[in-house]
Amino acid sequence: MLFYSFFKSLIGKDVVVELKNDLSICGTLHSVDQYLNIKLTDINVTDAEKYPHMLSVKNCFVRGSVVRYVQLPADEVDTQLLQDAARREAHSQRQ
Amino acid sequence: MDIPGVAQLFDEIDKKLVVYLRDGRTLIGILRTIDQFANLVLHRTIERIHVGNKYGDIERGVIIIRGENVVLLGEWDEERARVSGLHQISVEDILDAQREEQQQQQHQQLLRAKFMKERGLTLTPEIGPDDMY
Repeated sequence: MLFYSFFKSLIGKDVVVELKNDLSICGTLHSVDQYLNIKLTDINVTDAEKYPHMLSVKNCFVRGSVVRYVQLPADEVDTQLLQDAARREAHSQRQ
Repeated sequence: MDIPGVAQLFDEIDKKLVVYLRDGRTLIGILRTIDQFANLVLHRTIERIHVGNKYGDIERGVIIIRGENVVLLGEWDEERARVSGLHQISVEDILDAQREEQQQQQHQQLLRAKFMKERGLTLTPEIGPDDMY
């Protein structure tokens, strides 16, 4: 639930989603769900356009299971807050 | 269930979508049904094969896709499709082109494996039949 809430706080920001097949998609985070499936709007395939099937797509839904990384703008992330939240979550899980 | 910020596939129902599968296939069809596993039912589906900047379409009709095989699905945007610079060729031609491309890739693999073998190393292919995307 932690990262679900974390991503919800980043809705509206520009992110780059890197998939396990090395495809990188730059777009605005529109929504996220409990499986960390991601919906992006106004996408742009950042690497080589060797993925021609993406040329006619403006908004997309990415299945959480195929995501390798989500690159975030550094100034949007409060790492202290994240650390505290993670610590609290780990603590509550242990009990 | 209209909760803002929650990624719903409900919003994509009855829309023309591009579905990219883990085996590398691209399907374009109208989304009719979904479930919690992101299993999909596509209507009036075509399988689009891309080779270079050319593509060919094969009619597939109604398709049920098991959710685990989906990489991503995108909304078909007519504007972007028109300016994409791709052009359509016949099914036979695209299948020929695809076969050629696959043969070239296999040849490359063979060369790479031979190269490694000569240096006493083995080449393990990074991808399996499931992850051709």
